[in-house]
Amino acid sequence: MIVLTSVAAFLAAIGATALGLCRATGALTLFALSGASHIFRPPWYPAEFARQFLRIGYFSLPVVGMTALFTGGALALQIYSGGARFNAESVVPSIVAIGMVRELGPVLGGLMVAGRVSASVAAELGTMRVTEQIDALTTLSTNPMKYLVAPRLLAATIAMPILAFVGDVIGIMGGFLVGVTRLNFAPSAYIRNTEQYLTGDDIVSGLIKAAAFGFIIALMGCYQGYNSGRGAQGVGAATTNAVVSASILILAANYILTEALFSS
Amino acid sequence: MTDANPPAPSRIALKGVRKSFGPKHVLRGVDLDVAKGESMVIIGGSGTGKSVTLKCVLGIIEPDAGEILINGARATARNREALLSRFGMLFQGGALFDSMLVWENVAFRMRHGAHRRPRAEAREIAIEKLRRVGLTPETADLFPAELSGGMQKRVGLARAIATDPEIIFFDEPTTGLDPIMAGVINELIRELVTEIGATAMTITHDMTSVRAIADRVAMIHEGEIRWQGAVGELDATEDPYVSQFIHGRAEGPIAAIR
Repeated sequence: MIVLTSVAAFLAAIGATALGLCRATGALTLFALSGASHIFRPPWYPAEFARQFLRIGYFSLPVVGMTALFTGGALALQIYSGGARFNAESVVPSIVAIGMVRELGPVLGGLMVAGRVSASVAAELGTMRVTEQIDALTTLSTNPMKYLVAPRLLAATIAMPILAFVGDVIGIMGGFLVGVTRLNFAPSAYIRNTEQYLTGDDIVSGLIKAAAFGFIIALMGCYQGYNSGRGAQGVGAATTNAVVSASILILAANYILTEALFSS
Repeated sequence: MTDANPPAPSRIALKGVRKSFGPKHVLRGVDLDVAKGESMVIIGGSGTGKSVTLKCVLGIIEPDAGEILINGARATARNREALLSRFGMLFQGGALFDSMLVWENVAFRMRHGAHRRPRAEAREIAIEKLRRVGLTPETADLFPAELSGGMQKRVGLARAIATDPEIIFFDEPTTGLDPIMAGVINELIRELVTEIGATAMTITHDMTSVRAIADRVAMIHEGEIRWQGAVGELDATEDPYVSQFIHGRAEGPIAAIR
């Protein structure tokens, strides 16, 4: 009898977790659809969009730039030492470029921006929830999904590819600097080699990924903040959950998108 | 004012409104009528469902059962929008937008709503409303965080009355204020409600507020309206719950530990 009840309790725990997961997935999906649909329906808040674009895009430039610069440099060193094993040191420029543009630019940039933006959006919206500012918007005939969520989603979805593009350029430059100063490449040959092997498809697919990551970053920040629990603890939990869930979703989406974009 | 049926439909009517959060039954069938131009004050202890009642009327919380009528019509998304377009609310903590200047808070509806006004004009109206609640024009260009609690309440009040609403809700207007500031806010609320001719609904547990603001009083207890009547009848009532509440006695039918 005791065995039976403990087995039942164990199964119930699994069931409750599974149901909770389903509920959370459903709530997130509905939130995402609602938020995205408000991007296309008036009224729009262009001033709010501009503010968010500046905050998410412009002020993330230093973080993304530094990440790309050092990653590009390290990549050049790694590929050089790997390539030297079969006398293929000359692949450094092309592989740095392809690696940055297709994978590391969007993913590392996305993860850095997730840390910066998801957290601050979640904390901001969470505090607004806790201090009833979100309810106050409703009483002022302003839909918070339109005024708060839609501009952030749109701003991040547009800003992230631009950031990733800047990151691509800086990352390739990082590889170039290391290649020329440490690995004895001729500057002109390095640039020519980069140009020769990098295609438009590489760049575009990387930017598509970045746009998806941007959406995920803003979505998780907004969702967690919007549904924040009460008090400082609630906002703290919302912030943590936003960063963790955004990062994991970025990595998962990256695999799925890579599969979809490059396997064909 | 009596309990007899008013000639016009009530501005706001709640009929058997119920709401539970999980196993906790917050509202167990609230029936309440607020006539046009009347100042209704809902009293009751903490956690008895005052705020939830207010949020149900606003549509922020969806009731599990019962009806909410606005001007006699069942509340839908559409007529709720119409209600909110002529609506103002003072939140307990002010709920000012801390990323905006004081005047931008007051002028929010004029800057974002369907009837948008030019910046300079909106600012002028905002400053006028700030003056009406006793704040100098210099406060207009400060951020809410730079103001004291009493001043934030006043800004919240100015925002609530900025577009001369037909309905105003006050959520615990005097909580956290010193007695003198509470008196000032009570007096302001009474003046403004009379001046604008608005229908007002206030929730509070401050009896000084009740006497200053109310035309009619309803007491909510355990998710139901326990008693309602004109403010003048409050002291005469023999209802043990009301009498315990208004005299602030620890002993009585209402358990002190909740």
